[in-house]
Amino acid sequence: MNATMFSRRRLLGTGAALGALSLAGCASTGGPSIGRVVVVGGGFGGSTAARYLRLWGGNVDVTLVERNASFVSCPISNLVVGGYKQIGEITRGYDGLKAAGVKVVQGEVVAIDAAGKTVRLADGSTLPYDRLIVSPGVDFMTESVGGLATTAAQSKILHGWKAGPQTVALRQQLESMRDGGVFAISIPKVPYRCPPGPYERACLVASYLKQAKPKSKVLVLDANPEVQSKKALFEKAFKERYDGILEYRPNAELKEVDANGGTARLEFEDVKADVLNVIPPQRAGDIARAAGLINVNSRWVGVNWLTMESTAVPGVHVLGDATFPAPTMPKSGHMANQHAKVAAAAIIQLLKGEAVNATPVVMNTCYSFVTGRDVIHVASVHQYNAEQKTFLPVQGSGGVSAAANQVEGRYALSWADNIWADMLG
Amino acid sequence: MPVRLTLAAAVLALAAPWAQAQDAHLARNLAATCANCHGTNGNVRGKDVKPLAGVAAEKILAQIADFKSGAQPATIMHQISKGYTDEQLKLIAAYFAAQKPAP
Repeated sequence: MNATMFSRRRLLGTGAALGALSLAGCASTGGPSIGRVVVVGGGFGGSTAARYLRLWGGNVDVTLVERNASFVSCPISNLVVGGYKQIGEITRGYDGLKAAGVKVVQGEVVAIDAAGKTVRLADGSTLPYDRLIVSPGVDFMTESVGGLATTAAQSKILHGWKAGPQTVALRQQLESMRDGGVFAISIPKVPYRCPPGPYERACLVASYLKQAKPKSKVLVLDANPEVQSKKALFEKAFKERYDGILEYRPNAELKEVDANGGTARLEFEDVKADVLNVIPPQRAGDIARAAGLINVNSRWVGVNWLTMESTAVPGVHVLGDATFPAPTMPKSGHMANQHAKVAAAAIIQLLKGEAVNATPVVMNTCYSFVTGRDVIHVASVHQYNAEQKTFLPVQGSGGVSAAANQVEGRYALSWADNIWADMLG
Repeated sequence: MPVRLTLAAAVLALAAPWAQAQDAHLARNLAATCANCHGTNGNVRGKDVKPLAGVAAEKILAQIADFKSGAQPATIMHQISKGYTDEQLKLIAAYFAAQKPAP
């Protein structure tokens, strides 16, 4: 009903758009533009949205603004930390998007003027839009861990939770560590980016140390009361593959760090580590905060799940980890890709003044390596529920691997190749 | 003409379990949820995962039915296929069948 009213208003108000529409109906490519979409952030969400707007919209003007020259994948990056892959193998360029007709701008968006429908970049330039997509990922609440807010502390205590230079630096710290050293990884309370990721990393570091520095230890300091994803499968890997090397501690919330001494201060004890890997608590990325998009728990962005449009700022669609998730929906690159397709389909329809799809579906597949070759998965399918106005997981669907296996090791790498191509061309 | 319209509406109402009119791009949107593993429009990269582009719809649906029933052992597809309705799976299969396999 609302969509119909909206479309009628829009069509009545813009005679020029009507003309463009009829032309667009004749030609599948070319013809006048149906609108300008600016996409902020070239990760799993933003890149997918940019590509699918071009694939599905044809004559939509799409500009992607991304601060980095190339894309580095968080999924598979734990294999770089473990020494099983090089950073170049998880890095992809934006040429495929350019070939698809996306204008790619390397830069940083510093302000969004939702009333004037423009974004401002750090270099002072502005870009006008009809619809804006913000796919900002997460930023870290380093102020919530004592001693971690300084640049000096952050140069020693790495997160490695945004793939890139931190991934390589964390690998170097592990390579430099003495045999007999302690690698401690701190996991924040949920929700955080990639629920199984910290446990995968613990396994892959333990796998490396078991071979290269067998007197060493991996200490998993989890702020949560238990393993947050693929629990039984990770616990089995900890016990059967890394007994005596990996120690898992639940309810071990990090309160403070001493970067110089390599100390992690928990509630009741201090833990010394040779390599201290702290994944801090997270919130929607900085630009979401600057733009007033954060409206859930002071951390996340509420969205209309039919369009991915922000419930705080009209005309701005938000994707991926930055969103306040629907029930059981994970913060994953795969899910951001699925959000992007819902948004791309809806934005094309909104630009044309049509009603949006009332029955979207999204799904998630997540593979985790427990060794360099053995993999476990979790999968889920989420259908839109019109009554509750959210995505709900389908009863009786989804699940996890029966056991870690090498067939899924191949599927995991195939998944990566295919999703990178799906988002970047 | 009015008779035909009524008939068409009746057929549509029978075919679609949804309260609202079906989106013209529903098949495309549903099939896109498979692309992360099976490639954009079913054109998969690599040899580990089956391509879907240009595969007959009946063949795709038979395979899915075997995953669902357990007749065909799977690592993950038995879990994923159960998340979609039969009507959705039919739309997805028809969409992939109509795609051109990449050379």
